[in-house]
Amino acid sequence: MAEKVLLVDDEKDFLELMAERMRARDLDVTTTDSATEALKMAEKGGFDAIVMDLMMPEMDGLEALKLLKEKNPDLQIILLTGYATVEKGIQAMKLGAMDFMEKPADLKLLAEKIKKAKARKMILVEKHNEERIKKILTSKSW
Amino acid sequence: MADKLGPLGWMGLQFFGRMSASISHEIKNVLAIINENAGLLEDFALMAEKGMPLDPERLERVARGLMKQVQRADVIVRNMNRFAHSVDDFEKSVDLQELLAVVVRLAQRFADMRRVNLDLRPAAAPVALATRPFLLENLLWCCLDFAMDRAGSGGTVAIRMEKTDDGAQVVFEWMGAPGDAEARPFPSQEERLLAEALAARTELDVEGGRLRLILSKGNPGGAA
Repeated sequence: MAEKVLLVDDEKDFLELMAERMRARDLDVTTTDSATEALKMAEKGGFDAIVMDLMMPEMDGLEALKLLKEKNPDLQIILLTGYATVEKGIQAMKLGAMDFMEKPADLKLLAEKIKKAKARKMILVEKHNEERIKKILTSKSW
Repeated sequence: MADKLGPLGWMGLQFFGRMSASISHEIKNVLAIINENAGLLEDFALMAEKGMPLDPERLERVARGLMKQVQRADVIVRNMNRFAHSVDDFEKSVDLQELLAVVVRLAQRFADMRRVNLDLRPAAAPVALATRPFLLENLLWCCLDFAMDRAGSGGTVAIRMEKTDDGAQVVFEWMGAPGDAEARPFPSQEERLLAEALAARTELDVEGGRLRLILSKGNPGGAA
């Protein structure tokens, strides 16, 4: 099954091009140019990865990352930035970003990271399911 | 080191640095889009190698996209060049509307980030000023920065330049709701020093949503 990606960037031209190239690589891509919209879309769920610009109007990428992770800690988020400093990278990782890449991004590398994000998500979903089953088994007296 | 530079020197350096960083971000965005366009052409070439026909309309679209970004970068770099040259002469006669246009263009990215609309009105008549171009740009930026703060997200700042009997004035009017943000004091101590260095003064009307920068004749910042 194709990896499902949410792409978030306020530069519409960049967004459309990247989405077109990702779709040509059989990724299932949804786009938005608004961080606020991205929060609503992420809540509906189903994304294997969210690829998001760090500097956006309304809300910057780190703020959006924080809010996204609060609602769903298992979300795999990759941040894109014009200037990937060590300081920003550390901040992003501390807030729970899966990865941090500098623009212009290498699409091959980004696609690999998205595959990795999907694998991570599947592991987490399995782990949660196991925990749920364990809880049911230990709570029921047969 | 900052104390040897003096407050105006340090303020000027910070202004120059902030604008340079913003310009570099804009150029990076342009490069990112050019990179994606190049990648798309590469994808088409790979598809053609596998026997898929090339779509001329798609190729044309990529070409148009590239040209659009080149034009965009050209405007950014031209403005950057004008800004860089504003330190060539400490004092000189300038076209105030042109100088104002440089500052408004530099401020555009900041305005976009804050979701503020900038509206530079055309001047009724040109005004030539004997001034200190870089210092005046710095002060205009300070005024615009304050006005954008007051306009808030979704707001508008209208900027117009007017000739007066005594020189010229630049009026910043904002419409919008800054939310809970209290008006920071304006001018700050440094901004006041900057205005003094230009023989200029500011008049702030927070309730009326207006800030005037008044430039006097016959002194740095005054009309020729």
